[in-house]
Formats: sequence, C-alpha cells, structure tokens
Amino acid sequence: MSELSWWILAACLTAYAIKICGYFVPRKVLDSPTMSHVAATLTIALLASLVTVNAFTSGQELVIDARIGALAAAVVALVFKAPYLVVVIAGALAAVLLRATGLAA
Amino acid sequence: MPGTRSSRLTPATKMGLSIAIATGLYGISFGALSIAAGLNLWQTVALSALMFTGGSQFAFIGVISGGGAASAAFSAASLLGIRNAVYGMQIKQALRPRGRHVPWMAQVTIDESTAVSLGQAEVDEKCRGFFSAGVGVYVLWNFFTIAGALLGERMGDPAAWGLDGAAVAAFIGLLWPRLKAMEPVLIALAAAVVTAIAVPLTSPGLPILITATCAAVYALTTGRRSKPATEHGELQNVQEDRA
Repeated sequence: MSELSWWILAACLTAYAIKICGYFVPRKVLDSPTMSHVAATLTIALLASLVTVNAFTSGQELVIDARIGALAAAVVALVFKAPYLVVVIAGALAAVLLRATGLAA
Repeated sequence: MPGTRSSRLTPATKMGLSIAIATGLYGISFGALSIAAGLNLWQTVALSALMFTGGSQFAFIGVISGGGAASAAFSAASLLGIRNAVYGMQIKQALRPRGRHVPWMAQVTIDESTAVSLGQAEVDEKCRGFFSAGVGVYVLWNFFTIAGALLGERMGDPAAWGLDGAAVAAFIGLLWPRLKAMEPVLIALAAAVVTAIAVPLTSPGLPILITATCAAVYALTTGRRSKPATEHGELQNVQEDRA
C-alpha cells in the first residue's frame, strides 16, 4: 500500500473513533457549551479555509482565475436555494464557460 | 391505528429517504473530484465506505488536490469530523439505543441523519428518521461515489471539465447552510483571511491547519460564556482573532 493509502486508512479509523466517542464518552465531557461551540466554529472555519484554498490558490501563490467565477455562480445558485448537485454543476459550468470564452484562465 | 402506521411510510421515513436521495446524488461529485485530486478508485471507495462523513471526505481530497501532504489531509479531515461526536451524543440522548446497535449507528451518525432524527417529535419517529436518513445516505452515497469515480477516470484533465470550479462550489455548498447568523459569517470571513495570509508563507495544506488552530483558540476563549453573546461582542472577538 502507498503512503497515501495508509493515511486514508488512518483518517477513516479516526473518523469512526470520533463518531463512536459521542456514544461512549461521558455526557458531561462533550455536552458542554464550549465543546459544541468548538465543534461548530471548527467546522465553519475549516470549510471557509477550504473554499479559499480551492478558489484562490495555486501551490503557494494567491491567484485569480476562472474559479472565482465558479464561486460566484455557486453563491448565486445557493441564494436561489438550488439543490446541492445543481450548485456543484453551476460551479463547473462557470469555470468551463469563462475559459472557453477566454475571459479567465 | 398504531398497528397500521408501522407498515407504511411515516413522515420521518419519507423525509429521511428524500434527503438520502438528494445527498446520495452528490456522491457523484465526490467520486469525480476525488479521482481529479489524484486518488485512485479504491482510495475513493474507501473514503466513502469507511470514513463516511462528506465534509471530511471533501476536506481530505481538497488538501491533496491543493498539493498538501497526506498528513495535512488527515488532520483537516479529522478536525472536521469532530462535530460527529457532538451528534453521537445527541442521538444517544434522543434514541437511547441498545449497546449492540451502537457500532453501526455510530458509522451513520452524520449531518443528515442527526438533523432528520432530532427534527421529529416522538421517539419512534426519531428512530425512523435516523435509520432512513443514515442507512439511505450510506447506500446511495457509496453507490454514487463509485459512479462518480468511474466517470472521473474517463474525464482526463480536470480543469477542462471545470472540476476545479466544481470543487470550489462543493465547499461553498457545504459551508452555506451554516452561515445563518452574524457570528458564523464573521468566523468564515476571518478564516478566509487567515488562510489567504498563510498560503504564501507556508507549504500547501498547512494554511488550513493554521486556520483550524486559530478557530479552536477563538472558540475556547469565547465558548465559556453562557449562550449567545451580543453580536457586537462577537464581532470584536473575531477581529481580535484575525489580528
């Protein structure tokens, strides 16, 4: 198995361990406002960070290219309460169209 | 009446199944994006079957596609999975499951099954909601992951199909439903700024973990206050965190 496969396996085991923790760890440890706050904040921050990395970076550089159009199209789709799959397709279409028309790299 | 109820689809079961179909379908985008990120078919299938928590799976391949190390992908996926522990606690509280059911119930404890279950009024309906959404999403998510991965293998260059744009849309689509108040919006904006500052300064993958660390520190320093603080107070804290 490649190194990546081992990390995938480790991540899968960790994900399951975290899930089962919710059932076995004594309530008072997890059921605090602090724990819920940390979990919710981490989730939002990580997703926002992933949006940024995927939309505006290429390696270690910050770039603006067709992906910003994909982000805008996805936001428009979300504002109109489109289903998730439509949001994803809107993002892909925007990127393809911007490149095809030469408006963005 | 109670006798006839169990034999037909109750509202909770219907809700669970419709969410399973909607969520399961976007397994296609996960499968295709995972292949585009450079994972092979089996690695992609393993993520959906074993990790089975969409946000973490997207985070894992998002770090890899950005050129990040596998260890950074592992960390980002694991941190994003922490909310499942909170869900597990809520489900245990609401459904009071027998011990022998816990191993499989834990695996299907995700955003969707928790939301459908906790949205019901009676315990029976909570159980049906959890079961139909949890198992339904599991089956369809894995099926469509394979379909998406097979499709992805035939697509060739990801950018030519706009798959890099699809990845951006996938992440904003996961984030969007959580931005219903001022504080989450400010946290998201602060996280984007921290990430953008860290990108040129550190190696790929690390900006996400630096942002997670900042968010955890912020949450730990503000979380002890009893429930919702004023918006103004939160705003100041986010700005301090950003600085």
